[in-house]
Amino acid sequence: MMHSDQAVTLRVTESSDKRAIENTECNTANPAVVLRGLHKSFGAQRVLDGIDLTVGSGKTLAVLGRSGTGKSVLLKLIIGLQKPDSGSIRIHGQEITSSNVEAVNEIRKTMGFLFQHAALYDSLTVEENVAFPLRRHTRMTASERGDRIKELLAGVGMEGELKKMPSDLSGGMQKRVGLARALALEPGILLLDEPTAGLDPITSREIDELILKLQEEHDVASIVVTHDLQSAKVIADRIVLLHQGNAVIEGTFEELERSDDEFVAEFFKRDS
Amino acid sequence: MSYNARIPRRWISQDAPQATSLMRFTLTSVWSPINGFLEWFGELGVFVWQVMRAAVRRPFEGRELIRQLDEVGSKSLPLVALAGAAIGAVLALESRYSLVRFGAKSMLPAAIVFSIIHETGPIVTGLVVSGRVGAGIGAELGSMKVTEQIDAIEASGVNPYKLLAFTRILACILMLPLLTLAADFCGVAVGWIVDTLAEPISFHKFLHAGFAGASFSDFLAPTFRTAVFGLIIGMIACFQGMRSEGGTEGVGRSATSSVVLSSLFVILADVILVKLILVFFP
Repeated sequence: MMHSDQAVTLRVTESSDKRAIENTECNTANPAVVLRGLHKSFGAQRVLDGIDLTVGSGKTLAVLGRSGTGKSVLLKLIIGLQKPDSGSIRIHGQEITSSNVEAVNEIRKTMGFLFQHAALYDSLTVEENVAFPLRRHTRMTASERGDRIKELLAGVGMEGELKKMPSDLSGGMQKRVGLARALALEPGILLLDEPTAGLDPITSREIDELILKLQEEHDVASIVVTHDLQSAKVIADRIVLLHQGNAVIEGTFEELERSDDEFVAEFFKRDS
Repeated sequence: MSYNARIPRRWISQDAPQATSLMRFTLTSVWSPINGFLEWFGELGVFVWQVMRAAVRRPFEGRELIRQLDEVGSKSLPLVALAGAAIGAVLALESRYSLVRFGAKSMLPAAIVFSIIHETGPIVTGLVVSGRVGAGIGAELGSMKVTEQIDAIEASGVNPYKLLAFTRILACILMLPLLTLAADFCGVAVGWIVDTLAEPISFHKFLHAGFAGASFSDFLAPTFRTAVFGLIIGMIACFQGMRSEGGTEGVGRSATSSVVLSSLFVILADVILVKLILVFFP
């Protein structure tokens, strides 16, 4: 039985193999995201096989795993872009799997999503991309909106690129703009799909610092899908490792690094 | 239990396994496209339902609708006008030759005007728009789908069925009749020019002769049936675009299938609508 004061909790389903499993808990009074028994298959391929997960406000969970283990699917399920086959997803206490489109859209306004390839609207300028959620969901005047856009873009070091089109930006710059857009409505939950993939070490570090700043200043709960162990070490309170649709292990970076489990050791070996 | 188990072995021909396999192959090859077609229709039905549900809820996407009216209407106008003019010229040349042979030269203005307004104007406009706009919408939405831009819209709490699909479908419905009027006008005008080059006649006289005996319904029903063409073009192009998958190749497939399917359905709808118009506006 899970307790509401768990910040990051993960349970491994009975079907998972005998790898070392740690069921760790971290205290919080306010869970932002609670997943229970989440299953998702595409045809015969089982991607997620009964994942349980709780992320508290102001906490960051990094999701690691080999390519194709359902990390990005997990984020899309949380924001309601895909429906789980079974299981429960609660965002700030509200169940989204049984909610209608309007209710899910209201919940989505409290979440920011950075896509793997940024997914900027290619017919809009950088400024218009960041303005998109502000224009739709706030009653800001044009000047207030302009100030907010400049503030957001300054936060990701892109204040000088307002009028550029996404096609004129590098991959790293697109990710920064995507992050600014995700932060536009001051979300309580941030879902980041490989935020540092394909970025140079300096930009990666800047993105990491930005996530940490958000965590400290705005109490944002973040779930970060990444392959970047260094980044996970810096930004995450807890780390979960997915394998074959299950969570193999969960804990702090140091705990995972010390694990005797063969798969975990293999995963962490490359960076050590 | 298989069928063979119930049948005495001596009754089974040596060729039976081969025949069964051939039958299964035949059934599969016949059933597979039927199944695909039914599946496509089912998905289209779900898509239409989602668009209709989104359409009646606030906020109404006025700014995007105006952008789409410009995209579908203004930008298609030159092509539609040119197609209408070409049809007018061809009709004038062909009709003159035929009517002169049968001694009905005086019927030439009426033949040109009626042909254009009743059939060629609407169908040519429908096909030209299905080519230009259908491909455009299919490729644009297909590209947005494969680059996760549609997911990004949805993730930001905006309904893509309303923002992207409904606005485009409504723009097609509203602009098709107007574009048809433009095609009709260009067709009649160029028909007169071609006719007057062969045998001078004033434009006023040409129109007077052309519209003699025509009622308002002759004009109204054929023009407004293109609103149905607009619905078909917008709906199919948006549907094909928003279900696109498989990278750039998928985008290409969406654009092509948008044009092919919308043109096909425009022609089929034309047959049905012509019959209905003849029944209700005899």
